[in-house]
This record gives sequence, structure tokens and C-alpha cells, in this order.
Amino acid sequence: MRVADARAPRFGPDSPQHSMRLLDLWEGPGGLRGFLGTVDHKRIGIRYIVTAFIFLLVGGLEALLMRLQLAGPNHTLLTPEQYDELFSTHGITMIFLYASPVLSGFSNYLWPLLLGSRDMAFPRANALGYWIYLASGIFLYVGFLSGHGANDGWFNYVPYALKPYNPGLNQDFYSLGMVFLGIATTIGAANFMVTALRTRAPGMSIDRLPILVWGTLTANAANLIVVPAVSLAFLMLWMDRQFGTHFFDNSNGGQPLLWQHLFWLFGHPWVYAIVLPAMGMVSDGLPVFCRRPLVGYSLVAVATVATMILGFGVWVHHMFATGLPGLGMSFFSAASIVITLPSAVAVFAWLATIWYGRPVITTAFLFFASMILLFVIGGVSGFMTASVPVDWQLTDTYFVVAHLHYVLIGINVFPVVGAVYFWFPKMTGRLLDERLGRWNFWTMFIGFNLAFLPMHLTGLWGMPRRVYTYAPDMGWNTLNLITSIGSFVFALGILLLMVNVWRSLRRGALAGANPWDAPTLEWSIASPPPVYNFAVIPTVASRHPLWEGRLEGSESRSTVDQGLLLDHGKEMIGTTALDAVPDMILEMPEDTLIPLLLTLGVSACFVGLILQVWWVLVLGALVGAAALLGWLWPRRALREREPLHG
Amino acid sequence: MAEPALASTSVIPVGPVGRRGLGWYGVGTLVITEAALFTYLLFSYYYTGATAGAGWVLEAQPTLKVALPNTVLLVASSFVAWWGERGVLLRRRPQALWGFGLAFLMGTVFALVQLYEWHSKPFSLGTSSFSSLYFLTTGTHEAHVAVGILVLASLFLWTALDYFSPRRRLSVSAGVLYWHFVDVVWLFVFATYYITPYLGFGR
Amino acid sequence: MSTATPLAYLSAAGPRAGAIVPLTWFTLVVSILVCLIIGVLLWRGVRRGRAHASDVETRAVQITHGAPGIRWIRVGLLCSALPLLIALVWTMATLAAVSGPPQGAQLVLDVTGHQWWWEVTYSGAEPSQTFSTANEIHVPTRARVLVRLHGADVIHSFWVPKLTGKTDTIPGQTNLAWFEATAAGRYRGQCTEYCGAQHAHMGLEVVAESPGDFEHWRQLQLHPANEPTSAAQSRGRELVEFRCGLCHQVRGTSAGARSAPDLTHVAGRRTLAAGLLPNNPGTLSGWIENPQGFKPGTLMPNQGLTGQQLSDVVAYLETLR
Repeated sequence: MRVADARAPRFGPDSPQHSMRLLDLWEGPGGLRGFLGTVDHKRIGIRYIVTAFIFLLVGGLEALLMRLQLAGPNHTLLTPEQYDELFSTHGITMIFLYASPVLSGFSNYLWPLLLGSRDMAFPRANALGYWIYLASGIFLYVGFLSGHGANDGWFNYVPYALKPYNPGLNQDFYSLGMVFLGIATTIGAANFMVTALRTRAPGMSIDRLPILVWGTLTANAANLIVVPAVSLAFLMLWMDRQFGTHFFDNSNGGQPLLWQHLFWLFGHPWVYAIVLPAMGMVSDGLPVFCRRPLVGYSLVAVATVATMILGFGVWVHHMFATGLPGLGMSFFSAASIVITLPSAVAVFAWLATIWYGRPVITTAFLFFASMILLFVIGGVSGFMTASVPVDWQLTDTYFVVAHLHYVLIGINVFPVVGAVYFWFPKMTGRLLDERLGRWNFWTMFIGFNLAFLPMHLTGLWGMPRRVYTYAPDMGWNTLNLITSIGSFVFALGILLLMVNVWRSLRRGALAGANPWDAPTLEWSIASPPPVYNFAVIPTVASRHPLWEGRLEGSESRSTVDQGLLLDHGKEMIGTTALDAVPDMILEMPEDTLIPLLLTLGVSACFVGLILQVWWVLVLGALVGAAALLGWLWPRRALREREPLHG
Repeated sequence: MAEPALASTSVIPVGPVGRRGLGWYGVGTLVITEAALFTYLLFSYYYTGATAGAGWVLEAQPTLKVALPNTVLLVASSFVAWWGERGVLLRRRPQALWGFGLAFLMGTVFALVQLYEWHSKPFSLGTSSFSSLYFLTTGTHEAHVAVGILVLASLFLWTALDYFSPRRRLSVSAGVLYWHFVDVVWLFVFATYYITPYLGFGR
Repeated sequence: MSTATPLAYLSAAGPRAGAIVPLTWFTLVVSILVCLIIGVLLWRGVRRGRAHASDVETRAVQITHGAPGIRWIRVGLLCSALPLLIALVWTMATLAAVSGPPQGAQLVLDVTGHQWWWEVTYSGAEPSQTFSTANEIHVPTRARVLVRLHGADVIHSFWVPKLTGKTDTIPGQTNLAWFEATAAGRYRGQCTEYCGAQHAHMGLEVVAESPGDFEHWRQLQLHPANEPTSAAQSRGRELVEFRCGLCHQVRGTSAGARSAPDLTHVAGRRTLAAGLLPNNPGTLSGWIENPQGFKPGTLMPNQGLTGQQLSDVVAYLETLR
């Protein structure tokens, strides 16, 4: 039977037969095969979130061990080597294995639902991204658990990372592990970019995108450009260590500062990439509980992009003590001060939304609102370090440790936990317990501030970073004790979150489609959503489809109960980039084990590289190449080729 | 009422047509990220050279005897690949097969000549930071050429199996885009390592 | 306060650090004010809300467009821009004033960062006027001191908070720092770039003294090691030359290696092991016997001396004032 190459997609309402047909088309195989081969963005998104939270807990345990060691002067709980591997692995785990993947997970789960679509643009690549993330995380932890954990901090300066000072496999696990993880980040970035620009619901023009989409899109566009810098740096480091090259070692013209430039060219945009999507979550979630649209949507969207663009131009502020010429440093200092402004736009937008709204204080609201204060505290300590001469005193002390925890926990963890309370009902069909939620929030909030607010003073009183112990006569004893106590209270708060999730999965109150009476498209479908998301593709006419008609003066009328049926196959609609006019019907791939197979091949490559057993490398490359060929082989079902003799 | 224009029932294509398809954009993002990679490789060269002492560039006047014709060969292969893509566009399968096959051969020759060029250099990977950067940069490019050669071979095979038509040729467009990228990047690498020494950089 | 928190820098003892203190206070006070203002706005905004809420209560509150609120963003940006601008201009002015190198430095030192100690070299017009010491930098008060920073192995960072901000020691390049001590005193410093296992114990001390006292100290340092005056000290010197000389230098003896601190006047220093231990015969003895026990990972191996050998060595070293 010849299949139509073009058609006018039918428009109409849902019906039981239609839903059955979609279920048939979209449901993959069950059992182990289905588990390993799924390309459903919802399942992949939840996997990212769960895995990221496991790494959060592991990284948290590492932190608690360190805080026990530092609770008083001259403790001997940990040897220097143990402490050094702990602080390094803690940073790496939190920044690379938790902060970015958890946001990828939420975005993966939510984007098609927010965009009125049935999946991401590249479902198979989506699966691949997760498997590679998992494999690289395991790779890094095999290093740590076998006594070869990274031991030079997360930014890993040379020459200490080079072989003469670091002969074990520690640095090799970190270097290769980062190159490995970078593959997942890049794949995810490509997926988000194409999804955002080409697979939205009809009518969802660029100025109707939820801010979460703006934040994630901006972050991933940046990742696409800067991840190669860090992958290259780590490849060069590995080669200096194992093959006698001289990129960084200055015995033959190598440049230790080249490492710092390459790393921070990546590292600074990266820290914006791990907060901008979370800020987007707040921008989308907070207004729901203020019962009104976000104040200044356009300004917030533009500020998101502006922050990221400016974020490319500040990396040298991590290098103010390296002896660079004053003129150059002045430029980066100025840029680092100026970048406060677009960041501040969101803060004022949120405050105005609360002030001019009618706040309803749920647990999600508490996390989203408190984040504003934590953001500002983290932001002003950043402002202080932006000034070169002040930074000469503040840098590499606990002041910076306080700063980075306020920005990372304040602008990533708190919004993420808020997002859990907000979207858990959509994902599972059940609400989290509100009473336990209050305990969760206050324990986390009090514990966090108890731990990290005094740390500013610890830094102003000169305690350097990355010290496994300190003398009793430096004036830091009480402050460190308070911080250690606070860290355990904070950990208790995280535990309460886990308890709430565990209990509510079984016994939480049923949520229904839209428990929060929220405006965006994901709340128009069942909780949890059917595998195909939308039985009919909605047509969008505003930023708040489900609030139209109730917002005074709003004339727009999106349609959610009627729309494109797209039931001739596993189909989605492709739309233009700016105005979201439908311009093609997309045929989507079935579940497949190929991404997993490709991951196994790539993993074998990295195992071969670290052990320098070359036949394993070659075998892995062959398996990977075969998997890739099978993946890219043109398929009729996806319309990548003509049917034979047709 | 929703804006009826967007619920229009105009006829739209099913699946990718010509170059319009998600896969092309996917390869586009791959090109962006790999271009960034080469940018950082060249940045490393210019930064290390600018902060190094005199005589950092090991060959003040690197011989162009091999590298220049090789560059011409690679750039020409892009035109040949483009010509092959046109063969698909115009339903001329022999042209397409010749195009992809010839580009494959030209790419392979480039890669082999590059190996010879490496062999004939008076320095090795571990000689100095200059030599390490030279081999890493040209080596990274060589790896991309290797992938590109496999891509051209696949296009040749799939064309031989009569998969493509003017409408269904996304793999071709995406694959040839990748090959063009490999060739354009080489121009930057070539200019950096073979031309700038003559202009005085790193002396 | 300054002895209770020796590494604090909100007050300074010299102009280079002192020029930064007001700017630090300004940015700190602005920061605290901003946090308080935002906190109050947030608190008051939230207080108007319905507490003890859940999905039911959320749904019960009618949605509304509310006031446009854009004014908050404009006003907020404007208010933020002013302190930012002041900080920017003040930063540039301060940077110009303190970055240096200073005109007319009266003393030039070469400081080399090692794992995990500081080599300090005072150069004179000729080799006989040059000497090295470790971890303790003596300077005259009210003198501009130029410090040339060298990296021997990995990146370290030179920091004496009351006198100057941080500057890294990077192998392959010479960085410059400078400071001037206004009053006599002892000023603690510490390495502040992670450099390996004993980064935590890489301290240093700047001893500012009157020009007369400084000159007296300098002349003393130029002298070679004192001659032993007892049999134990002689035995001790032999051991030092034979064993310690593999890494350490004692001028005036055959111990001439440069990979570890110069011991010619070790007994005159206030601390041992880069600020880790007070310097007295007991700690010196304990350190020599078991450096790994005090500073695990340090590059000085345990010496395995007998009791007699150890006491002889300590007897000799104690004469090296």
C-alpha cells in the first residue's frame, strides 16, 4: 500500500476509538525489553531525575563526612588523601552528576507536555543521552570507590593534575570520565535545541513559551558551544599524563594557564546553564501560586538570554590571582559586575508577581519563594568577588564556598525541590503530603542557612578552601561547628523529602489533571499522562491556555479539546521556529535497544582507554559503529527513504 | 474560537522532504559543537604561541609541497560531494554514485597523504607544546575525516540500494553537510599551521 | 581581634591591603542592605497570602491579571545600577592604586612556592650578600617590598591577608606582588591555591621590625652556620651533613642541597614545618623523628635515627640561630 507523502492533517475532537488507536501506536513493548529500549521522554525524564537524586544523596554523604572532619580543629577522622578525594568527588558529583542532569530530567519530562507535543525531536538520542550519563557516572564512581577518585578539586588545576605530582589513576578516571559525560551533555543540547525550534504545538509562538523552555534552551545552546572546551582540556590532560605531550607542562613550552582558560571558558557558562532552567521553573511555578501571570514575561525571557551571553564574557574572574595584566582583568571585572543586572530582572519580576498577586502558601510556593532570597544572597556575594582587589582577599577562602553553595543550592536545589512538589502530581497522579512538606521545607531552609550563612564570616576571617583541617587558634572553631551542625539539619530535610516521595507514591491523595488550577498545557491532560501525551494536538493562542476566559480582558482562545488528530502512525507535528505554523508531519521512531548497545560500545572504548588495553577500545569502537550504522540506516517508516519499487 | 488559520487543513509533507527534516538540524548542531571544538584547539595554539618564547614554531617555513595540494584535494572533494548530492536531487543515480564514490576516494587519499605528512615531520608528539598541538589538531581533524569517509561510503551504499529520491534524501543532505564542515574546518587548521608561520607568528 | 583571627582581612596593617578594606566594607554593607531589603519585600509580599494551603485552597483563589508590576523591574534595575556603578568605578581606582609593581621598592625578595613550604631568598649585590630562608619573611617597617613569585612544582598562592591580597606562584612565569608593613608585628599568611595533601599546612609569617632590627637580623642571616662547641653538636653536624644534606642546605658545612628549606638559621625561626609547629627542641626532635606523623604526605621521609643520633642532631640544630 502506498503511503501518502503529504496530507492535510485532520482536525477534530478526541474519542474513545481515537485514544485506543493512539495507545496502540505509541505503547512500546513491556517487560525488560521495554524498560531497556524505551524512547518515551517521560520515562527517560524520570530516570534522569531519579539517578540525579541518587547522586545528590551520595554527594551529600560525602559532604557530611567532610563536615564531621571539619567540625573542630585538628580532627583525624580522615587522612589528607581521603579528604582531598572527598571534596573533589563531592564537587564533581553535585555539579556534573546532579545539577545538570536533574534539570535535563525535568525538562525532558516536561517539554513535550509544555509544548503540546508527543515527544522530543530525537527520542532515540534522548535514550542514548541518559544511558551515557549513567555509564559515565558509574565510570567516575568506579574510580572513586576503587581508591582512584579525582583529587584535585572539580576544576583540577595543572601542574598538580599532571603525572609527576599525581601518578595514580585518579586523574585519568576524572579526565576520561568527563569526556565520556560530555557526550551525553552534547546530545541533550542538540535535542533541546531542535525540539524547541521545530516541534511545538501550532500557535505556540516564541513569545508564548514557558520560561522553563527559555531557560533550558539558553542553557543548552551555551552547552553546545562550551562543552568542547572542557572535553578538549581533559583530553589534553590525559595525553600529557599518558603520552608525554606538553600542552600544560611547562618543561617543553606547555602553559599551565591554558588549562585554566579552557576550563573556565566552559566552567563559567556551565554554572549559568545549571541555574537558568531552574529559574525558569520558578518563573513558571510561582505565578500559579500567586494566581496571576508572571510580571514582565518578555523582560524575563530577554534577561535569561542576556545573562547567558554575558556569561561567556566573565570567565577570567576565576583567574584574578594568576598575575594577569590589570587592563584585561578590569574588563572581566566590569563584565562580572554588569551581569548582576539581567540576573536581577528575574528577582524583581518574581517579587512583583508575589506582591501584586494573591499568594497561596503551598510547599511548592515556599520553595519557589524562599529561593528568591537565597538567590539574592548568592548574587551579592558574587558581586563582591567581581571586584578584582576585593577578590584578591576573598578568593580561595570559605567566602567563595559560601557564595557557590548559595547560588547552587539556592538557585538549583530549592527550585528543583519546589518543582518536585509542583509536578509530582502530574508525574504520578498523586499529591505529596503538605504537612510533611512544611517540615521538609523548614528543615532544609533552616539547616541550609545555619550551615552556609556563617560561612561568609569564616571566609572573611581568612579560612582557606580545600583544607582537611585547621589549627585551633585561627578563630574558626565555633563557625565550623555551627556549619557542621547546619549541614546535618539540611541533610535531615533532604531525608524528609525522600520520605514524603516514598510515602506519597503509595498513599498520596489523588491529584487529577490539574490540582493547582495552573495555566499551561501539561495540566490539560491526565495525571499521569497517557503515553502519547495529547490525544489531539492543542492550538495555542496565549501564554496561559487554561486561564483564558477567566483572566479579565483576555480575548485569546486556545483549543485543547479539539485539535490535530495525527493518528496515521506514530506522528507529531513539526512547526516553524518563530510563529509555530505547522509545516510538516513527523514520523517518530519505535522503542529500540540500539541506544543501549551504542552506550555499551562507547563504555568499552573508555574502559580500553583507561586501562590502555587497545583491543577493548577497538572492540568497543566496532560495536559502537555497528550500532550507529543500524541507527542511521534509512527507514521507510520514518520516511527517510523511498519504498522499494515505489 | 481558536485562530482558525493555525488549525488550517492545508496539505503539509509527511516526513522529511529534501533538506527539511529534523535530522538535518541535528547534524547542524553537531557541526556547531565540533566547530567550537576546533575553535578551542586553535585558541590553544594561538594562546600558547603568544605566551611562549622565541622559536616556538618549530618550522618557521613549513613546506607546503604536500599540504597545499592535499588541501586542494579535500576542498575539491566537497564540490564532488555536492555534485553527487545534485545527482540525487535530479534523479541521476549514476551521477550520485560517481559523486559519493569519488568523494570517498578523494577523502581517503587525503587521509593517507596526511599520514605521510605526519611521518615526514622532523618532530614528534612529545617534542614540545607546538608539536603536541600540531598533532592533536591535525589528528582530531583526521578523525573527523575518517568519520566523514565512512559517511560517504554509507551514502554510496544506500544510493546503490536505490533508497533516495529528490524528496527522500535527508541522509544525503545531512551527510554531505558534515563533509563540507570537515573541509571548511581544514582551511582554518591549514591556515593556522601552514600559513601563519610565514606571517611571523610564533617565531 | 586581629590575633584572635590572624588571617582576617577586614582590617589591614599595610597600604596595599589597607586600600582594599574600605571597598570591601562598601560592597559588604551594600550586599547586606540588599539582602535585608529583598528579604523584607519578600516577607511582606508573602504575608498577604493564605497559609496552610494545598491544592484545594489554590484552586479556590480566583486568578487575576493583577497590576502590571513592570515598574518594579525598572525601579529595581535602577536602584541596583547605582551601587553597581559606584563599585565599578571604585574597583578600577583601587586596582590602579594597588596593582603595582610599586615605584622604588626598597627591598626585593624572591619567594618560591614548594610543596609545602615557602623558599625566601634575599639577594645582594654579590653571592656573599645573598641568603635563603624558609617560611618566615623579615622586612623593615614602612618599606615597600617587591616580591617576585616563582613556582617550583605546582601552583601555590602567596597570601598575607593583613598586608596584601593573593598572587599565585606559577611554574614557568614570574608573578609580582608587593606589600608594605606600617607597624612592627607578626603577620600570618597561608597558601591559598590547592596544591596537594598538605595544602592545609603551608603557612608563612611576615615579621615586620624596625629598620635597625631588620638590618641586625639580615646580618645574622648572612653568617654561615655556627661552629659546634660540644662533642654532641659535632656528631650532630656530621649527621646533618651526611643525611640532611641530601635535601637541605646549611651554609658553612657540606650540606648543600636546595630542595628543602635552608637550615642555616633554623633555630631562630618561630615555627617549623611552614607554621605547623612551634619551634623548640621538643617539637624539632619530634618532627625529625616522625615528619609523616605531623604532616602526612610531606616530602621529608621519617629518618629512622637512633635516640642518640636524634639528640645529637637536635643539639647541633639548636645552635643554628
